[in-house]
Amino acid sequence: MNERVVVDPITRIEGHLRIEAQMDGDRIAKAWSAGTMVRGIEIILRGRDPRDAWAFAQRICGVCTLVHGLASIRAVENALDYTIPPNAQLIRNLMNGAQYIHDHVMHFYHLHALDWVDVVSALNADPKATSALAQSLSSYPKSSPGYFADMQKKLKTFVEGGQLGIFAQAYWGHPAYKLPAEANLMAVAHYLEALVWQRDVAKLHTIFGGKNPHPNFLVGGVACPIDLNSDSAINAKRLAQVQEIINKMNVFVEQVYIPDLLAIAGFYKDWGSRGEGLGNFLTFGDFPEKGMDDPSSFLIPSGAILDRDLSTIRDVDMNAADEIQEYVAHSFYDYSDGKEAPLHPYDGETNLNYSGPKPPYKQLDVDNSYSWLKSPRWKGHAMEVGPLARVLMLYASGHDQTKELVTMTLNTLDVPVAALFSTLGRTAARGLETKIIGDMMQTWMNNLVANIKAGDTKTFNEKLWEPSSWPRQARGVGFMEAPRGGLAHWIVIEDETIKNYQAVVPSTWNAGPRDQNGQPGAYEAALQDNHTLHDPKQPIEILRTIHSFDPCIACAVHVTDPDGEELIKVKVR
Amino acid sequence: MSKDLTIGEALRQRGVSRRGFLKFCAATASMMALPPGMAPVIAAALEKARRPSVIWLSFQECTGCTESLTRSHSPTVEGLIFDTISLDYHHTLQAAAGDAAEAARVAAMEENYGNYILVVDGSIPTGNPGFSTIAGISNLDMLRETAAGAAAIVSVGTCAAYGGIPHANPNPTGAASVSDLVSDKPIINVPGCPPIPVVITGVLAHYLTFGTIPELDDLGRPRAHYGQSIHDRCYRRPFYDKGLFAETFDDEGAKKGWCLYKLGCKGPTTYNACATTKWNEGTSFPIESGHPCLGCSEPDFWDGGGFYKALSTPTADITRTAVYAVGAGAAAGIALGAMNRTKQKRMAKEHEKVTIDDLEKGD
Repeated sequence: MNERVVVDPITRIEGHLRIEAQMDGDRIAKAWSAGTMVRGIEIILRGRDPRDAWAFAQRICGVCTLVHGLASIRAVENALDYTIPPNAQLIRNLMNGAQYIHDHVMHFYHLHALDWVDVVSALNADPKATSALAQSLSSYPKSSPGYFADMQKKLKTFVEGGQLGIFAQAYWGHPAYKLPAEANLMAVAHYLEALVWQRDVAKLHTIFGGKNPHPNFLVGGVACPIDLNSDSAINAKRLAQVQEIINKMNVFVEQVYIPDLLAIAGFYKDWGSRGEGLGNFLTFGDFPEKGMDDPSSFLIPSGAILDRDLSTIRDVDMNAADEIQEYVAHSFYDYSDGKEAPLHPYDGETNLNYSGPKPPYKQLDVDNSYSWLKSPRWKGHAMEVGPLARVLMLYASGHDQTKELVTMTLNTLDVPVAALFSTLGRTAARGLETKIIGDMMQTWMNNLVANIKAGDTKTFNEKLWEPSSWPRQARGVGFMEAPRGGLAHWIVIEDETIKNYQAVVPSTWNAGPRDQNGQPGAYEAALQDNHTLHDPKQPIEILRTIHSFDPCIACAVHVTDPDGEELIKVKVR
Repeated sequence: MSKDLTIGEALRQRGVSRRGFLKFCAATASMMALPPGMAPVIAAALEKARRPSVIWLSFQECTGCTESLTRSHSPTVEGLIFDTISLDYHHTLQAAAGDAAEAARVAAMEENYGNYILVVDGSIPTGNPGFSTIAGISNLDMLRETAAGAAAIVSVGTCAAYGGIPHANPNPTGAASVSDLVSDKPIINVPGCPPIPVVITGVLAHYLTFGTIPELDDLGRPRAHYGQSIHDRCYRRPFYDKGLFAETFDDEGAKKGWCLYKLGCKGPTTYNACATTKWNEGTSFPIESGHPCLGCSEPDFWDGGGFYKALSTPTADITRTAVYAVGAGAAAGIALGAMNRTKQKRMAKEHEKVTIDDLEKGD
């Protein structure tokens, strides 16, 4: 049997992703990952005011809803050598930290959980036993038998109504679901709890950025002023609200998310031995204590790890022409010097050229171009970015709390260190870093309050706001660690406007297609790592590994083109 | 029996009385070896209206609109999708993937043909069908196929409503809005980048509760949420009227909550509920948190000339002439809000000169 299994749409992700897998018996022999949507935001950015760029870039993605805004203002600030006040730095850290916690919890419950949790099985749970299970895991107060009985009743009414809505046509009852009914009921209850929780904690963005999704940002600082004597600025009431949200975040992470993660993982230890793939990990670093110019003050360090070798962290230079490069050998783009040679983002060049099959199509032509994603590489290596890369980088660089959390996790699950390099390890790493960031939220908050107490209320540096104060030409890179991994925007400014703009984003690293040398991207390599499908018509195994990366495909697709006129020259087969 | 009728409704439509229906339920209970007390329970279950089917298609989008939906606190998203509607197809939330997901869409269309609500977020590329596909199908084909059986279409977000960011200059993919492509169905536009969470659910709630399309403005937006400009409802409006403006982002004016007009606020030309409904359970809205309004519920706001450039800048507070131009000069308290908005826009676009009399006439 050499069947091609196609999963399109991959649901419970951001964006439009298609996976094709070539089977060898019941095993995946080869896998291809394809982004199937393009908008061209970088083209749209050209010629605009660099101070406006964040708003455009932010619309690359509404799930990781602030990261592109933050990367964009950092790129402009880097280009102009524009420093921001310490309060602005702390508020940005709080906003990005809140994004991590919000994103990771929602990913776990609303995007990933249904790969492991059988909703229908929860109907058979004993609410009393579910309560006992929940209370054995955590001190979270909503854990009485009555609570779970109510939840189950709600679910029963819903299922018996015959309209399953978002739960329709799923693979319920698939033998790959291993949780006892009680664990399923507990997880379904927390799915709903998390839905309520997330809309409350999103308010941190609203306080500082005016709204969520898509909170506002500002080159040179933050837009929300601080004044303890004003009803229209960050004052004691607003700070108390922020503190309340931080508390609420941490309670949920510590009492619900982490206990559920460990409990569920205990039933799926076999997923600790598949789904890793590349073994190469990359971080750009983030959460500065002293500003982006001082990488030694970053909470998450920058670096590259090759071949699982945690003893050597290699330096990464965002500006070096021969380090970060993008290939288009299997992407729907052309380079002016042909499709073979890679380009650094400063010189990034792309012409849209859809050469795939004419829709409607059944199968992509994977020998040629098959994705709207490019293939970024670091010194020629395909790299994985994201929570696993960060936890490994923190672990390898001797971060005490990370070492404790990793050891606790491995001991609790009774699995070897090698289990980190897997689908399970990736999902666990996301939970562990949520705890690390959650703790840091309190530190940043304390520092912000201490600054205000000391009389520092500055939130914006006016010095370089007026474009007339800028050099005629400038270029810079804004990098960060987004929830899904290392993210960087490169900007070239000329005559007060954007000449070139490039974003190389986490899901481009992870979800990109093969490069010129046939090296697969991280998703492709992960699926080729020890996956068998119980039933090719219900490929839940593919969903588990792909979801462990938390795909964000609108982010991953990006295009620039130095010759605007070329854009409409599209070949259609 | 029509597919969207409950059993109770269908029986009554065939002339079976209420009494007869209850007898039927009692017989059913006995047939199922249930105690007689179960008959009313069965009756209630059978009579329970089917939840209206909603199919949500995502095209050239960023998922911000879906994220916004999940932030709705009243109605809550869980109340909406578990108690009020049957969300039968939605990429981000549905459990099924691949062929199974498409099967869910097809089943929902067949079972509810003519009656389901189609929600769309994201624009549709017309430059090449390969610019955006789902399950190998182009966005345009999927829109047409799914729109055919819809009772009404709700275009959520500025991309679906007006083309949004993909449509911004130079529109590399030929992005179009739903109403550019579908003309034979009622369409409700719910713009915003993203729309306010409770506005999305509020519009759906209106349709589900009253069974009618709410009254729309000339851009297809419900007047209940888009009937007033942000400027007219802004709590900082008194400072505008007094001529008190923030000059930069943390000066005295910014801290005291003065008007952000000079920093580029698009509140005067933006029709949305931000200043009244506010965001995230009334927590704040962009202006309240110190940032000028971007104008995100208006068509082509991305190409409006710069987010930090003042919309209009009267030359001086003592003259009777105001110049609608981008960039220079100081603004004074001028009742821009009273102007006819179409004219405002045209003037803003063409940088026309207008007089104070024009402004005051409100036409």
